[in-house]
Amino acid sequence: MVEWTAEERAAIQDIFNSLDYEDVGPKALQRCLIVYPWCQRYFGGFGNLYNAEAILSNPMVAAHGIVVLHGLDRAMKNMDDIKQTYAELSVLHSEKLHVDPDNFKLLADCLSVVIAGKMGTNFTPEIQAAWQKFLSVVVSALGRQYH
Amino acid sequence: MLSKYEKELLVIIWEKMMPVAEDIGSESLLRMFTTFPKTKTYFAHLDIKPRSKQMLSHGKKIVYALHEGAKNIGTLASTLAPLSRFHAYQLRIDPTNFKLLSHCILVTLACHMKDEFTPVAHAAMDKYLSAFAAVLAEKYR
Repeated sequence: MVEWTAEERAAIQDIFNSLDYEDVGPKALQRCLIVYPWCQRYFGGFGNLYNAEAILSNPMVAAHGIVVLHGLDRAMKNMDDIKQTYAELSVLHSEKLHVDPDNFKLLADCLSVVIAGKMGTNFTPEIQAAWQKFLSVVVSALGRQYH
Repeated sequence: MLSKYEKELLVIIWEKMMPVAEDIGSESLLRMFTTFPKTKTYFAHLDIKPRSKQMLSHGKKIVYALHEGAKNIGTLASTLAPLSRFHAYQLRIDPTNFKLLSHCILVTLACHMKDEFTPVAHAAMDKYLSAFAAVLAEKYR
């Protein structure tokens, strides 16, 4: 069981409260596909991902970014059992989508960089640590049902 | 692989960071120590309290080296040879930790540069930091 301090819960909650899903979701996924282009292998049906400009203006990428970010909501609302909350999603990513779990970390890192860019120096080292701890639990839960 | 544009972009970014080298460097280290506590094991000999004299000085050294490398990206291995030897024979930092500091450098740059730290700049910087780390670990074995 993951232990969360009151400060960590507050920090994570605060970030979600101030999150503009329609902005951050797309930005995180776009950044992931630009910085780690091999991730594009999972988005064959998304049309033009040929270069940064194409990715940044691709409506399917933007829409999917929002979906992914809303997916994180469930983890935030069930912080004391993220493993169980994500069991089904994990099976989906493994059996149906066949995503290499290493990629989850890449997207998580890009999300952190986008949030850092928005919050600036308000994204303190302590808040970063709490946020990344949360994301690492999410990433671990998503990778759990791979056999 | 870094394009000509990316190489120029990297020089521009690190030039901008030079006047605030202490801040950027020490903040990156502090973020790393806070998010990845195991990295502190390499700094038992230093005062790593936020913005301590040693943190500022150490942070400055790191940013200066990154700036130097960016100016000479074509000859990274020879530019960094002394640092490479130092990391291999004296410091012997496990190379997985380079990724952790690199990530915290990216976060620090994002916090300070905000929208200017575009996805393209992020990609160039991530590639550069990976290449830099590879050179640092080159002489390990």
